[in-house]
Amino acid sequence: MSPEPAGEESPDRLYTVTGGRGGTDESSLDSVALIVAESEPAADMQSEHADILRLCLRPIAVVELSAELGLPVSVVRILLVDLLDTGAVTVRHHVPSTPQEGPRHDPDTLKQVLLALQRL
Amino acid sequence: MPSNASERNTPAPGRTPLAATIGNALKIVIVGGFGVGKTTMVGAVSEMRPLSTEEVMTQAGAEIDDLRGVRDKRTTTAAFDFGRITVDATRVLYLFGAPGQKRFWFLWEQLFIGSLGAVVLVDTTRVEDSWYAIDRLEHHGTPFIVAVNRFGPGPDLERVRGALDLSNDVPLLECDARRRESGRDVLITLVHHLASMERARSVLKETP
Ligand SMILES: Nc1nc2c(ncn2[C@@H]2O[C@H](COP(=O)(O)OP(=O)(O)OP(=O)(O)O)[C@@H](O)[C@H]2O)c(=O)[nH]1
Ligand SMILES: [Mg+2]
Repeated sequence: MSPEPAGEESPDRLYTVTGGRGGTDESSLDSVALIVAESEPAADMQSEHADILRLCLRPIAVVELSAELGLPVSVVRILLVDLLDTGAVTVRHHVPSTPQEGPRHDPDTLKQVLLALQRL
Repeated sequence: MPSNASERNTPAPGRTPLAATIGNALKIVIVGGFGVGKTTMVGAVSEMRPLSTEEVMTQAGAEIDDLRGVRDKRTTTAAFDFGRITVDATRVLYLFGAPGQKRFWFLWEQLFIGSLGAVVLVDTTRVEDSWYAIDRLEHHGTPFIVAVNRFGPGPDLERVRGALDLSNDVPLLECDARRRESGRDVLITLVHHLASMERARSVLKETP
């Protein structure tokens, strides 16, 4: 199935934000990987990096960062790789997923999800 | 919303940060054709105001892996929305509403990765919009259930099952995406389904 393009958008702004980097290991950052700040924003930091550090004082998912920053998920992933490299943030959650089999979930996780839903 | 938005540890006004103890995130995806009520369902069950974000894709549908290369390529921006439900002190469940327009369907598979399972929302006046979702979920091996969002009178569930060529193993139920209890029941049905699949899997493993 070949996708139709939805429209064209100039990636220049994205290019500027990420300094033209990319292609490292950001693809391993799941959309719900939880990011936590390990240090304070520094004065000489790129503003997007500082914004991320302020948003992840408490754990926050990659998609939530993306929504709060108004930046596409793929751009946030690249910015996060920079912060991971310097240890300014850490990842709390790594999704164990094998596309063909689907992720495995222990019975306790499913039971707790069920209880949480029943409380809704 | 907290009365004092400048309170420490409140990074942005209006945000509802997760508890500091949360260390594990789970994901469920809601898919279906254009306008079937995916966003409505996410909003009905989410503990926070649903958020919207976007993913930039290359024309080929692959996720951007080299932004330098992308300068010369046509890119596509697909919006999707999500909400969340805190499970317990350490776990949170994110709910994704996949974009329904046909030209964004290629994004779905990326959303399936790492998800617990999926809900296929069906509008009985446009059942054929769900075929693609079911096909991709089966292909990807992502467990799913089907929920019929009733906008008005329509065929009963057995007819819908027939029209979707849905195996009897896949739970099928009615819902009203606008109602929290209804969205909750859909998610509970999915989790029961996941639990029974896990049980079947472990039985298979134990059988020599
Ligand atoms: N009558 C009725 N209207 C509904 C129901 N669920 C959703 N709607 C309405 O249908 C419209 C589309 O709902 P959305 O939740 O935006 O649908 P969606 O699947 O997210 O749409 P896309 O993301 O554009 O594909 C909205 O105006 C909803 O208020 C329902 O159960 N009954
Ligand atoms: Mg929607």
